Amino acid sequence: MTALDISFPRLTWNLWLDVVHMFQYDFMRNAFLAGTALSVVAGLVGYFVIVRRQAFAGEALSDVAFTGAMGGAVLGINPLAGMIVLTIAGALAMGSFAQRVSERDLAIGTVLAWVLGLGVLFLTLFTAHVSGSSGFSGVTVLFGSILSISAHQAAVIVAVAGGIALALLLVARPLLFASVDPDVAAARGVPVRLLGLFFMVLLAVTVAEAVQAVGALLVFALLLLPAAIAQRLTTRPYAALGVAVVLAITSTWFGLTIGFYSGLPSSVCITLLAFVGYVGVIGSMAIRRRLADVWSHDNPNSQLPASGMHQETRQ
Amino acid sequence: MKTLSSTLAQDSERNPTEPVVSIVGGAVRLGGQTIWQDVNLEVQPGEFIAVLGPNGSGKSTLMKVILGLLPLSAGAVTVFGQPARGGNQDIGYVPQRRSFEADVRIRGRDIVRLGLDGGRWGPPFPFLYPREAKAISQRVQRVIESVDAVAYADRPIGQISGGQQQRLLVAQALVTNPRMLILDEPLDSLDLANQQAIAWIIRRIAKETGAAVLLVAHDVNPIMSSIDRVVYIARGHVAVGVPTEVITSETLTKLYSSPVEVLRTCDGGLVVVGYTGECVSYHEHH
Amino acid sequence: MSAALTGLFHYHFMQNAFIAGTIVAILAGVVGYFMVLRSLSFAGHSLANVGFAGATGASLLGVPPLLGLFVSAVLAAFGIYWLGLGARYGRRSDVATGAIFSASLALGFLFVHFSTAQANNIYNVLFGNVLGISDTSVLITAITALPALALVLLSARPLLFASVDPAVAEARGVPVGMLALGFLLVLALVVAVAVQVVGVLLIFALLVTPAATARRLSTRPMIELLISVILALIFTWAGLAAGYFTPLPVSFFITTFAFVFYTLVRLANLLARPAQLSS
Repeated sequence: MTALDISFPRLTWNLWLDVVHMFQYDFMRNAFLAGTALSVVAGLVGYFVIVRRQAFAGEALSDVAFTGAMGGAVLGINPLAGMIVLTIAGALAMGSFAQRVSERDLAIGTVLAWVLGLGVLFLTLFTAHVSGSSGFSGVTVLFGSILSISAHQAAVIVAVAGGIALALLLVARPLLFASVDPDVAAARGVPVRLLGLFFMVLLAVTVAEAVQAVGALLVFALLLLPAAIAQRLTTRPYAALGVAVVLAITSTWFGLTIGFYSGLPSSVCITLLAFVGYVGVIGSMAIRRRLADVWSHDNPNSQLPASGMHQETRQ
Repeated sequence: MKTLSSTLAQDSERNPTEPVVSIVGGAVRLGGQTIWQDVNLEVQPGEFIAVLGPNGSGKSTLMKVILGLLPLSAGAVTVFGQPARGGNQDIGYVPQRRSFEADVRIRGRDIVRLGLDGGRWGPPFPFLYPREAKAISQRVQRVIESVDAVAYADRPIGQISGGQQQRLLVAQALVTNPRMLILDEPLDSLDLANQQAIAWIIRRIAKETGAAVLLVAHDVNPIMSSIDRVVYIARGHVAVGVPTEVITSETLTKLYSSPVEVLRTCDGGLVVVGYTGECVSYHEHH
Repeated sequence: MSAALTGLFHYHFMQNAFIAGTIVAILAGVVGYFMVLRSLSFAGHSLANVGFAGATGASLLGVPPLLGLFVSAVLAAFGIYWLGLGARYGRRSDVATGAIFSASLALGFLFVHFSTAQANNIYNVLFGNVLGISDTSVLITAITALPALALVLLSARPLLFASVDPAVAEARGVPVGMLALGFLLVLALVVAVAVQVVGVLLIFALLVTPAATARRLSTRPMIELLISVILALIFTWAGLAAGYFTPLPVSFFITTFAFVFYTLVRLANLLARPAQLSS
């Protein structure tokens, strides 16, 4: 939630001045630092989430993170530790489920359902017995508090994010192979199942880290939406990775700026920006396709550019 | 074990006399059932072998054993003179009935490329290793050209037709210049023209590179003129030999342990009829 | 024991809770069975969260939250249906579902930020407040649930056919597309109705767990459906009772009983049958 109870800063529409003004506040500097680091990781991990069709697992993990944080608070241990432990445990469990997507989603759903029940329990116990100290509450876990990140927390986030990004880049190729073509990859000696579990752990740690910034309910948006746009824009896998990162960073920077000058919660701004981008890209592609269809209908003899939009009839 | 760099360099040494695959007394038992037993098979370099048999007879199982993905319950299998093991870069593999869903948004070209460097750890940035990246791109382009798939290699693989996908998948198997190609029912669900085209491409490339080919098929129609030998699996036993020896009433009756008749049609085709009512037709092309 | 039971049903709020809970459990059992069959678990979870945004938006506008919940869930159902078409063009319905889910949560939070409603309100919408259901709410629940239930049961056979074998069903004249949209709308309705009992976050548990368990217990569709309903009822009643006798929340008990039973069934399955071949 925004901590700006002072009068809202004025937008001068002079870009340089506005940015400088924003960075005068150290909480904004911390927010940008942490947000950028998280965006890099979210873009990378999110791309693979989409390729591996694990969107539901990603969303479920963010709910698990909520329960873990609440549980940690109730049990008297560091909420962040509780969150990381439970999220990793959840990720490993999900990673070992059946491979077929529908069976996997059902298993994820049942576990998720119970984990949410646990979350309710912890939340109830928390509000009843543990007072909201140090700004920690169910709301901050659910919706994030990127503007109250300390310099120390930001540094930790950058370090962890750097580690995750490096690990992911090192396994990017085999992971892509295993995700898109598991049978052949296994035949080539790629450890498909192990990579799957490793990826789930990376996802878990990413979610646990990002929860601090954008909250459990919205970390999923940062993971999913920039990568979804990226894979609509390009079909080259490694280019898509880069585009996802760029889009995630863009959403975060603009979201934080808009949040600063409007007083709206930052996580909301970031998410809605990313969503608008997603709808915009899908919509404009659909419109382009419609126009191309109409155009080709009117000009049946003309050659259409090989845009990849027209596909031959499948057998 | 072939490294990426040696793959990109000149074609590796091939020992022309050593059998590519050797199975002696092989048997596989899964879940209390014997899939097949007493299997003796030797595949010579450059041979084109069709693996035939009814559904569930264990054709894919045999392929998995050779790929090192499944261990034998009895007997021994050696591949290129070594015990069979998974991850063999010298075998190109096209698994069964694989088709990408319509929403997979990765280029066919990148799928082919994964066949070459998909197992390599490390950051995937080409600028870190420019010369190698260029060599990889050139090889990928060459193999795509050899299967005549250039026109659609840059489209998302989910958006092209089944026959086109299959060509790119064969290209993926070929891109490491393998000494053996294993294709598990690659011609299923393709129309006759595509079946023949792909079979011909496989045959041509195998001849050029000297690779051995093991092709599992339901209908040996399009490849009859290309194959050297047949491995026929039925009811837990295997018959190996040239088509005229194996696809006969006598051999198949022994194999099925029940009356099986092979009939010749007037245009030279072969029709197999057995007590199970299974009717598989084979045609010889002249 | 009988004294405790008398106590349980003595209070009016408990009577309301049991009536509303029973209606919701039956509805969830039936609709959940089809949701699981049609692999719509993620969509179910998302619709529930969309409902949250609708409820908070409605209370911001001074409109009854239940109305906002219903309207937003229905709109989202339409959205999921239309975005789910077009796989030919590479559109992914799971990504679209996730996108709608995230955006509606963000909107919900935005409304919470603007509204002056107490935090309690949010928690009630998210997690349910079955022990505080009014008579009006019970009436609304009954009025909306019964037609929805009738609708689903009357179309049970075509819906089953369309879910299991859409290509053949369509060839036989079953309106597969319309059933798909209709079912999503019913799902949205169930979510709206059930939020009073277990809240938006946990309606999902009632929808998915009994049905998932039933799947493991039988392979005959109508038996599965029946088991799903019976299990949903048992878990709800047990959860209500446990919530009455302890200070812990009802929704926690419902979900825990459901999950424990599901795990037991799966364990029993594993022990009864030796490990299967992977295909």
